[in-house]
Amino acid sequence: MSFFERLMGRKSAKSAKERLQMVLIHDRTDLTPAILEALKEELLAVIARHVDIDPSTIRVELENEGRSQRLIADIPLRPAARRKS
Amino acid sequence: MTAKIVTISSGKGGVGKTTTVANLAVALASEGKKVVCIDGDIGLRNLDVVMGLENRIVYDIVDIVEGRCKTRQAMIRDKRLPDLFLIPAAQTRDKNAVSPSDMIRLCDELRAEVDWVLIDSPAGIERGFRNAIAPADRVLIVTNPEMSAVRDADRVIGLLEAEEKAAPSLILNRLNPSLVRRGDMLSVEDVYDLLRIEVIGIVPEDENVIMASNKGMPLTLEGKSRAGQAFRNIARRLAGEQVPFLELEAQNLWERLARLGRK
Repeated sequence: MSFFERLMGRKSAKSAKERLQMVLIHDRTDLTPAILEALKEELLAVIARHVDIDPSTIRVELENEGRSQRLIADIPLRPAARRKS
Repeated sequence: MTAKIVTISSGKGGVGKTTTVANLAVALASEGKKVVCIDGDIGLRNLDVVMGLENRIVYDIVDIVEGRCKTRQAMIRDKRLPDLFLIPAAQTRDKNAVSPSDMIRLCDELRAEVDWVLIDSPAGIERGFRNAIAPADRVLIVTNPEMSAVRDADRVIGLLEAEEKAAPSLILNRLNPSLVRRGDMLSVEDVYDLLRIEVIGIVPEDENVIMASNKGMPLTLEGKSRAGQAFRNIARRLAGEQVPFLELEAQNLWERLARLGRK
């Protein structure tokens, strides 16, 4: 726990749960954060070839649903009107 | 009789599998059921000492499998409960002395003779674990509200899913309600959120567990310890009864009263 977290009264069980959530997703899917990052980069490159997107708004994440996992990609598209500017 | 074969597993060692097996067996046998426990931890046997039967061992599971004795001869009768038996693990053999099909054959033989077969799985996910789950009709996963125990439980649940076994149930052992309330221990809800399997029991941390194992008297045998009560409730749920989770509430109330008294 960092000094800041202690100052905010953050409890260790909360860190445990959050850390476990990440660990379990990666254990279950065998996807490391590094692979996920690479996947995101490649996905972006392909999509950017066809539509105009803002890389800073992209969200590619693994989510739990019961005991199964899904890969969620949320990719906002820029409005066509603004593309010319 | 058609026994139900129940395997108690965990992945991580030291979370309380053997204690759970001994206490569930005692609870079921106290209700008049015929119960056989099998220690699946070949080379590191322990169920005999937790049950206080270590001085009575003549034959063990490897003797049965290799035909040196009849199954009956290796079934040690409990000192206190005449319908409770233990088939001990071999201490000086390696775990490859028994195979999953040996376990299935042994359990099929026991099925006709008893009401319950409880198998104490070794820690880990290797041969001993495979042996323990091969004959199981039902698997109970024991875990503690602690990072590595929950992670390993999840691995074991994943392996059972891959084997297409029926969904296992969870026993959350060594829960410390005051740590949970302080926010410094994962709660039952947290662990359920993470593992997402049915919770069949919550066992509070209880020093009586150590005292009982010192004496070789599973604590479900005697007295009113809270952990003993929790194990009795799990046994009843195993048998299909609906039993509410009372223990934590009781302690919460008691501790609240105790705190009020101190003010």
